[in-house]
Amino acid sequence: MSTATAEGAPAAPIAEVPSFTVTLIIRRFDPDVDAEPHWQDFDLEMHGTDRVLDALHKIKWEQDGSLSFRRSCAHGVCGSDAMRINGRNRLACKTLLKDLDISKPIYVEAIKGLPLEKDLIVDMDPFFESFKAVQPFLMASSKPEKERLQSVVQRERFDDTTKCILCAACTSSCPVFWTDGQYFGPAAIVNAHRFIFDSRDEGAQVRLDILNDKEGVWRCRTTFNCTDACPRGIEVTKAIAEVKQAILKGSPDRVSIAL
Amino acid sequence: MTTETIPAPRSSYTPPRKRRVNWEKWGWLYMRVSGLFLVVLIFGHLFVNLVSGAGVRAIDFAFVAGKWADPFWMVWDTLMLVLALIHGANGMRTVTNDYAHRPILRKTLLGAILVSTVVLLVLGILVIYTFDPCPSNAIAGTLPAFCKAH
Repeated sequence: MSTATAEGAPAAPIAEVPSFTVTLIIRRFDPDVDAEPHWQDFDLEMHGTDRVLDALHKIKWEQDGSLSFRRSCAHGVCGSDAMRINGRNRLACKTLLKDLDISKPIYVEAIKGLPLEKDLIVDMDPFFESFKAVQPFLMASSKPEKERLQSVVQRERFDDTTKCILCAACTSSCPVFWTDGQYFGPAAIVNAHRFIFDSRDEGAQVRLDILNDKEGVWRCRTTFNCTDACPRGIEVTKAIAEVKQAILKGSPDRVSIAL
Repeated sequence: MTTETIPAPRSSYTPPRKRRVNWEKWGWLYMRVSGLFLVVLIFGHLFVNLVSGAGVRAIDFAFVAGKWADPFWMVWDTLMLVLALIHGANGMRTVTNDYAHRPILRKTLLGAILVSTVVLLVLGILVIYTFDPCPSNAIAGTLPAFCKAH
């Protein structure tokens, strides 16, 4: 390749990334000024490689610096930029504009079911309270000198639920969570599942007892909103169903693995 | 190097719960089990009433009286009544818990569901087991034709 360009033939110009005009309609709320949230639209010139997060950055940096939203890593790992994009909970950093219908305006608003603080920022405290309530840490009485050994099959058992990044996309898409916020929510149950089905953990009964509650797993109506919303592709509803099975059968070891 | 100096984690965030009957779990299980039975009971009921024999034209007062003279259909209808009514009432209770946020409204609705369920259960069971198509003290001429056989 380098010899070919060295001989003087100009390299074919890199195809330009197609650009287009897109309208974002964002649900704004400033607690110091507004009594109610309102929708505001922005017209932007964006490229085919841009994500919704890039569009939000462009607005914040070039048009309206007061726009508030959370983001940290911007690459789908930290889980801070979950928002409702065209009515679906998505990570702004994992949603390409070209995958949305750009002939129409794109509606962006904060996730639902948690108290709105400003623009796209919500109070995550209730979400993390229910996360804490399931005791999401390893409970083991043994103190090995080295690592705790586990077979490939044993690790595979809870692999899906280790992918959770606590973005709250699932919990804030759950209609049962919207109603009164007492329900633990899918994310907390996913993180309980991650330890309940871990062979190294000894606290399964404690967690099953916590989730076998009036506001526990029995409030799940299997609407599959959480599975649809999860940016990591976790089968959330299946995980909840496995926790229900474990409670009914008294132990996670007796739950048959559905393929 | 050992890990033995690491202290045990703090006590749990939630206080340990006292053991009590978990109605939510049994309610969830009831919905599944009664649902399975109801599929058989309701479709059997619909088939016998609407399809088999002379079909839907066979249904009249005598048809119902004939069914409730048979212990098999008395048990069938009792099971269907009890399972379906409690199934429906539990569903209504769940919807109320989800959508009625004000405590007074919620209590009122739950109470109304309970009362109507109990009343309907008692009335329904009473009808199935005390049904007499030819009461002896009936006004002359109001009894169906098949009663004259007695």
